[in-house]
Amino acid sequence: MGLFDSLLGRSKPKPPRLDALFSLPNAALTLEVAAGFHATGIGSVCYRGAEGAPFEQIQVQLTQLLSGASPERVDDSYGWTWLVLRRDPSDVAGLVTELHAVNSTLEDEGFGPQLLCSLIGFADDAGRRLALVYLYKRGTFYPFAPVPGAEQKRDNALELQIRAVVGGDLPIEPDVTRWFPVWGAPGLDAPPALPSA
Amino acid sequence: MAQTRFRPDRGLSFRMGLTIVLLFLLYIVLSAAIWWIFGGSGGGVGVALIAFVLPLGLLWGQWYYSDKLAMAGMRAREVTPEQAPQLHAMVDRLCALADMPKPRVAVADTDIPNAFATGRSPDRAVVAVTTGLGRRLTDAELEAVLSHELSHVAHRDVTVMTVASSVGVLAGLLMRSAMWSSMGRGRDQNSGLIFLVATLVGIVVYAVSFLLTRVLSRYRELAADRAGAILTGQPAHLMSALTKISGDMARIPERDLRAAEPYNAFFIYPAFTDKVDFASLFSTHPPLEKRLEQLGRLSRELGQPG
Repeated sequence: MGLFDSLLGRSKPKPPRLDALFSLPNAALTLEVAAGFHATGIGSVCYRGAEGAPFEQIQVQLTQLLSGASPERVDDSYGWTWLVLRRDPSDVAGLVTELHAVNSTLEDEGFGPQLLCSLIGFADDAGRRLALVYLYKRGTFYPFAPVPGAEQKRDNALELQIRAVVGGDLPIEPDVTRWFPVWGAPGLDAPPALPSA
Repeated sequence: MAQTRFRPDRGLSFRMGLTIVLLFLLYIVLSAAIWWIFGGSGGGVGVALIAFVLPLGLLWGQWYYSDKLAMAGMRAREVTPEQAPQLHAMVDRLCALADMPKPRVAVADTDIPNAFATGRSPDRAVVAVTTGLGRRLTDAELEAVLSHELSHVAHRDVTVMTVASSVGVLAGLLMRSAMWSSMGRGRDQNSGLIFLVATLVGIVVYAVSFLLTRVLSRYRELAADRAGAILTGQPAHLMSALTKISGDMARIPERDLRAAEPYNAFFIYPAFTDKVDFASLFSTHPPLEKRLEQLGRLSRELGQPG
């Protein structure tokens, strides 16, 4: 925000950046080969629901648009809405395309600034869970790995390992203070999907 | 492609800009007066420098340590994500949505429902809520209050208001130093005149700058309301939070509230409510109806199709 906007107390809503999401399929391959994590086929978009009828209509529209990916709407305890999409785990590119459809619909209707983050789920054979979180406002990713079975504990070692592994494929958020935890994010606590045959 | 649904509020920006320009003009008038009075009386410039630099240094310190001072004054303590997971999660998400660095989070143990933001820059900011606020508001309302406070941080309101109030501090000094210098030099006619002019200029400038800073403070509250409501996309929750807090503020006994008064400038709702009618002229916060009216307008903009 510029000096002038500060002086006049005008913070402009920040538009989202959508493009970096398309580098995910490559990163998924790298994760599979280098770290043994495979995609679960679950992806989600988290946004801040606005009040008013127009936004409600857009949500209905979104559900119809994504009927192929059996979208599920979850309102979390913090007042945010998650749109959870399920796809064949082998089809990360298809999942990303559908996530992008949600993003561009919201943006076209003037609700782009409401987008918070997107999660793409991964799991390894030992049952560890991992999500790559995409921050719309920054255009960057960070890994989030809750410790299985523990209450609100992050596996920082795993997260840093994943950062090193996918750092070449994805723009990783350099400021680790912005790697905020997404406890209880839908799709993250579910049992790992079976590896694709 | 519409980037955002909200229409810019040019009127508010204009009024705020005008207030800042007026304050700046006042500052120039005051500087000229100081120069004329002390420069004209000969040899007083050095004394004047010491007299003015020292108190302005204090003001600077008040700004520089604003986070520590306000926290100590309100007996607020910083809390870790483990101590207040929900509060932190709310701040985390709002900061990610607004793309701003996460401020520290603090809690003040008092039943007065209130919240404040302080700190000299967005990187050094603290956002604090009282325990009374958490008890009275729903989660959605608490989040609306937090987004109002985060907007104060984003707008650098601590810095803006400190700079704005420095004009008043200078004017107050002018009155006092005119008094000292006239006492020091005895009672010849010349110094008597200087004393009179300096006191008059000081009084007028002080009064005008006091009003202007209050006007500016109210505009910045409205700006923070607006930005906060746009951030969450839910003006209604901020409306209900403000209504609840203001109702409670009126019921709480006054003695406790006076203790919180000096920190009002950065509160969401002023703790000390004057009962005199002209209070709105001196108030740091706009009246509730005005705030609700603005938020209602935003809410209607969200209800319009297309």
